[in-house]
Amino acid sequence: MYTWLILPFSNNEFMRNALVAGILVSVLCAVAGTFVVLRGLAFIGDALAHGVLPGVAGALLLGAPGMLGAAVGSAVMIVGVSFVTNRSGLSSDTAIGLLFVGMLALGVIMVSRTRGESFNGDIVRILFGELLGIRSSNVVVLAIAAVVISACVALLYRPFLLLCFDPEQADVSGFSSRSYHAIMLVMVAATVVVSFQAVGTLLVFGMLIAPASTGALLARRIWAMIAWAIGIGVASVYVGLLLSYHYGTSAGATVVFVTVGAFFVVLVGQVVGRSLAPARRKPLPTSAAGVA
Amino acid sequence: MTAALLEAAALTVGYGTDPVVEGISLTLQPGESLALVGTNGSGKSTLLKTILGLIPPLAGSLDVLGSKPGTRPKRIAYLGQAHTARFVVPIRAIEVVRMGRFAALGLLGRTSDRDRQLVHEAMTHMEVTHLADEPLRSLSGGQQQRIYLAQVMARVADLLVLDEPTGGLDVAGRERYRELVELALARGAAVVTATHDIGEAAGCDQVLLLNRRIIAHGAPQDVLNTAMLLETFGITLQGIQHDDHHDFVIGEMPHGHDHGHSH
Repeated sequence: MYTWLILPFSNNEFMRNALVAGILVSVLCAVAGTFVVLRGLAFIGDALAHGVLPGVAGALLLGAPGMLGAAVGSAVMIVGVSFVTNRSGLSSDTAIGLLFVGMLALGVIMVSRTRGESFNGDIVRILFGELLGIRSSNVVVLAIAAVVISACVALLYRPFLLLCFDPEQADVSGFSSRSYHAIMLVMVAATVVVSFQAVGTLLVFGMLIAPASTGALLARRIWAMIAWAIGIGVASVYVGLLLSYHYGTSAGATVVFVTVGAFFVVLVGQVVGRSLAPARRKPLPTSAAGVA
Repeated sequence: MTAALLEAAALTVGYGTDPVVEGISLTLQPGESLALVGTNGSGKSTLLKTILGLIPPLAGSLDVLGSKPGTRPKRIAYLGQAHTARFVVPIRAIEVVRMGRFAALGLLGRTSDRDRQLVHEAMTHMEVTHLADEPLRSLSGGQQQRIYLAQVMARVADLLVLDEPTGGLDVAGRERYRELVELALARGAAVVTATHDIGEAAGCDQVLLLNRRIIAHGAPQDVLNTAMLLETFGITLQGIQHDDHHDFVIGEMPHGHDHGHSH
């Protein structure tokens, strides 16, 4: 058992680096993903994760850092969605869909114009990540981002809570829903930009949504939801890497599959549990429930 | 003379460039209450949102707490209509009431003993202290409404803006709500309520009858009469005076014969 569970990490530096990077991605995505789930930003999160593709591809073509290209791609996506929503009168879902498809198409066009095999290899790395080939510098960036994003959420907890609960109440309480919504989007974009090198643009979305969704099923408080999401994300990274090591599967994809699987295990468990023991509503005290 | 807490002159409210109600002029002094009465879509919520600064006035002037709408968040409390998005958020009842202190605390203000005391007093008044640790989504509609009213009370605001505050409340809950309003008025706050409940409106100092235009504005005894209510709701309502409250019952329908209580 020890050989199966521990040795892959103790014997291989790349596995240890992957584990550390995966844990940091889990923390980042759990914190940002909690608000993606609560605020109903899953679609824009998906669009951001995919919309960075042309930015990263462009950066690679120009020899610039991929993370810079991803940041530009995210910025174009956010500004584009805001522009279309504000100027067309169409819903934000439609605007996100337009930008999402447009950016993805642009990324594919840029790939198709480049025939070189090495470039195609880079694109595969962008899409599916390089968890097993993560560099120390990436780990440092992930660690800094995890601290910054967590501090940001701690500082902005009150407006973020109001925004998720009732945007009108946020405005009435003196916290501009428009401004804090924009800050939340930037936070999600930053998470995508720094995480994609580890788990890839296609899979970062899964890490944003799945652990936080499972946390929403289990938690009664937002902090508990974040804690659950971190725990589930970290456990998924560990189990996913082990399975990937022993069965030779793609590391990033295995990690995300495990975390999505955890969601369905918890959901089915709750549905079965509720059907066996239906919840009872707590009544008001006699004095409050009586007739005046 | 005490400064008015709410002052509108020739005010037009609406969305975008489309006016919903025009020519609203009213003044609300400390300790006064105003009921906005009308059917769905009559302009009640539009006026409330304009008072809160959530949508801009289309014409005329509007002073809220001596300033432009939306610029005095610490002095205003708002009860909106129930929103299903709230059920996604894993949150306990007491945390919802604590949100009532967020405007006063700001971004980083530390919760004080007084804040905790205000939250406790509000929950005690609404008789929901035993629900404090319950998840909001597990509560009934009436229990949730009590929690939201406790949040309003915990704000200790100078202007209370309430949209359908008695929705889902049982008789005891309505009594707690009525006392909440009386306490607020007694300490000099003003209360604006959008309601379908004509009995509740009859207890206010002013009533504004709306039907995408102003039907009538004045003291309840002047405007809550059969002719005005027919113009507002399209049905005949007749008032019955009891010792401590009014009841309104459906009278003869213009084109029918149904009879029954209005609320």
